Amino acid sequence: MKIPTAILGLIALSFGTAANAQVTADRLLNAGKEPQNWLMYSGDYSGLRYSTLDQVNTDNAASLAPKWAYQTMAGGKFETTPLVTDGILYATGPDDRAFALDARSGRPIWQYQRTLPPDIRPCCGRVNRGVGILGDRVFLGTLDAHVIALDAKTGAVVWDATAADYSKGYSFTLAPLVIRNLVLVGVSGGEYGIRGFIDAYDVATGERKWRFNTIPAPGEPGSETWEGESWKTGGSPAWITGTFDPATNTTFWTTGNPAPSNRGAERAGDNLYSDSLLALDPDTGKLKWHFQFTQHDEHDYDATQVPVMIDEGDKHWIAQGNRNGFFYVIDRTSGKLLSATQYAKVTWSNSKDATGRPVGSKEGEPTLEGNPVCPGAFGATNWMSPSYDPQTKLFYVTAREQCDIFSTAPQVFDAGHAFYGSAYFPNDATQPYWGALRALDPATGKLVWEWKHGSPSWSGVLSTAGGIVFTGDAEGNFIALDAKSGKPLWHFQCGAGVFAGPMTYAVDGKQYVAVTAGSTLFAFGLR
Amino acid sequence: MRTKRAIRVLLPAILFLGLVGAFRTDAQVRNPYAGDAKVAKLGESQFRSNCAFCHGLGARGGGRGPDLTRAQKRHGNSDEEIFHNVHDGIAGTAMPPATAGGIGVGMTDEEIWQVVTYIRSVEKKANAATGNAERGKQLFYSKAACGTCHMVNGKGGRLGPELTTTATSRSEEYFVDSLRNPSKRLAQGIQEAMKDFPQEYETANVTTADGTKYQGVVLNEDAFTVQILDTREVLHAWEKNSLKSYEKTRQSLMPAYDEKMLPEKDVQDLLAFLAATAGGAK
Repeated sequence: MKIPTAILGLIALSFGTAANAQVTADRLLNAGKEPQNWLMYSGDYSGLRYSTLDQVNTDNAASLAPKWAYQTMAGGKFETTPLVTDGILYATGPDDRAFALDARSGRPIWQYQRTLPPDIRPCCGRVNRGVGILGDRVFLGTLDAHVIALDAKTGAVVWDATAADYSKGYSFTLAPLVIRNLVLVGVSGGEYGIRGFIDAYDVATGERKWRFNTIPAPGEPGSETWEGESWKTGGSPAWITGTFDPATNTTFWTTGNPAPSNRGAERAGDNLYSDSLLALDPDTGKLKWHFQFTQHDEHDYDATQVPVMIDEGDKHWIAQGNRNGFFYVIDRTSGKLLSATQYAKVTWSNSKDATGRPVGSKEGEPTLEGNPVCPGAFGATNWMSPSYDPQTKLFYVTAREQCDIFSTAPQVFDAGHAFYGSAYFPNDATQPYWGALRALDPATGKLVWEWKHGSPSWSGVLSTAGGIVFTGDAEGNFIALDAKSGKPLWHFQCGAGVFAGPMTYAVDGKQYVAVTAGSTLFAFGLR
Repeated sequence: MRTKRAIRVLLPAILFLGLVGAFRTDAQVRNPYAGDAKVAKLGESQFRSNCAFCHGLGARGGGRGPDLTRAQKRHGNSDEEIFHNVHDGIAGTAMPPATAGGIGVGMTDEEIWQVVTYIRSVEKKANAATGNAERGKQLFYSKAACGTCHMVNGKGGRLGPELTTTATSRSEEYFVDSLRNPSKRLAQGIQEAMKDFPQEYETANVTTADGTKYQGVVLNEDAFTVQILDTREVLHAWEKNSLKSYEKTRQSLMPAYDEKMLPEKDVQDLLAFLAATAGGAK
């Protein structure tokens, strides 16, 4: 749906007058209908990371310019996707910072930083990817494994719920997903041999309403896929925000690697529900169905990529560009695999099972002295958000062409300590790393175009009704590409690599595109 | 009287505190596990998880990190210095502190000592230098012409990597291989570990809009721009779309020195020269 600029102004104005209108569960359900706002991590429940705003379009993108910048002054990766509601922007930074800004000027309204214990276990950076919002509260998962609610107007802590013991390696890095009266979060910590879970907390009180353990206990279905006691330390975190289909009342979550990530020897079996797509009832946390992308993973191929809901006619899909190098399209009603197509270099698998699912090969297994395997340890993609554009019907994914040497060695489990079962390192025998933004056709799995990155990028992707795909690169460029052709329309050198997904919003009828780089949050608009 | 009493009370206290201080320092500088093979094994496991990504399996060095089996280490050889380097990282290099996020997952003090123990267990005794350092120096700056492109202690060229301390971070085999087949590591994506961005010494061939041709090494590059040092050591910065042509290869500008150009004896003399300069560096 295209919304003409004049009408956009009116919409913004009408919402602007109600600047303190609360975000209701109903507004979240219809988030796509108020494109001036960005009400959840992926924009709306579908996970498309697509906006119907078209003020910035292929004709005028060349005149984009920075409108303001906000600096956290924090070191480390700045992975947040801001939310915007009625002119106020909410985002997070490293070390569990959270802040509210005037979305027009970038001026801070409040800033919060959690006092973290010195011995937290943030495996892969002291990062946070954003907040969820409902009513006058924003919700944050913390590095010390708490879920907290902050007052949206002041940043004061309203409630604080302990989810797990951080000293054992549990933490939260993802942006929570709010569904009706529940805040959903998935845990991080697959590097420490945790037992993963997805939790739901009451928005009003912080009381935990349900927990889905991503590793079944003995006696539960799926427990037979773990050897001996290995299920207790089997990882399977769920560290990226899920999506939600109101039509079937199903929330989709994805899970990460089984632990130890590089050693399968003491955890024989498929290791459910690691590296899987889970279809859950959001009210109860009950599993409706699951699909496992990588069975018995030994390469750290987390499936923690946003499960994107695509609706084309009577087709209702989940599409995922997986870290293991395959692009999966799944029927989201039945959980049945429709296609799995390679979108980056793959050597871990050379065959598919009867259902069309790629399966690992003997030659791709890690060895004591090391075995070169593609994709490498950081995957063909990673957690960075893809985007689906209903106009071009293309799926845009950041692809990383990187192969690594995977080695494996026995390791004794020690709670709270790294539990890799060995290591990975750059592969001397292959070409240097590079990357690309790839536009894939979900109907065929075919590559339609690609924009080459000089090195593998960690940037997410945003597509808009203006016919633009926005992405970033590791060299610091924030780039606008023509969504149909991949031709560059505009770029800006941010001065540091982009480690987050872009988003867009509008205030007073003016469209902004926001992205983080280094320790800075930039908002761009037309000159 | 008062003073005497004060001394009588204070002196033991001072002595005691001094002892505690000494003991504490001692506990930090000495590896409590030195020579313990079992601990070295634990350290190997930590090393694989946290260090091998840059320093390679067996600590033999990787694209980014130095070879740690070298007895002489660039940033210090004592247990204390190695512990400190792992614990706090090394400013100005890509070496992160063990406690920060990023590569690896952070190590406790005990685990760092395990790693120190492991590194000691794989260290190779420094080879008795067979070459003649003085002759190596002459070769470097004259006949072999290394100094045309490489700098040592502020003297030499700028096109290739600076080599003053490099003997502390790469094995002899690595040097010989780099001399005999310089494009091999370029093809693999060697990285300059001292820089935040990967400088790989790729060769650039450029033709500007007015038809002028340049050859040089790529200092940095992104999707839209390129920064080059040409063979006359002139810096250039260009928008790629302003150029008539821009081509980058992983064929090194450095000539491959075969046995004829550089006999084994000359190589040994060059290595002795590099070892001598590195030894004097801190």
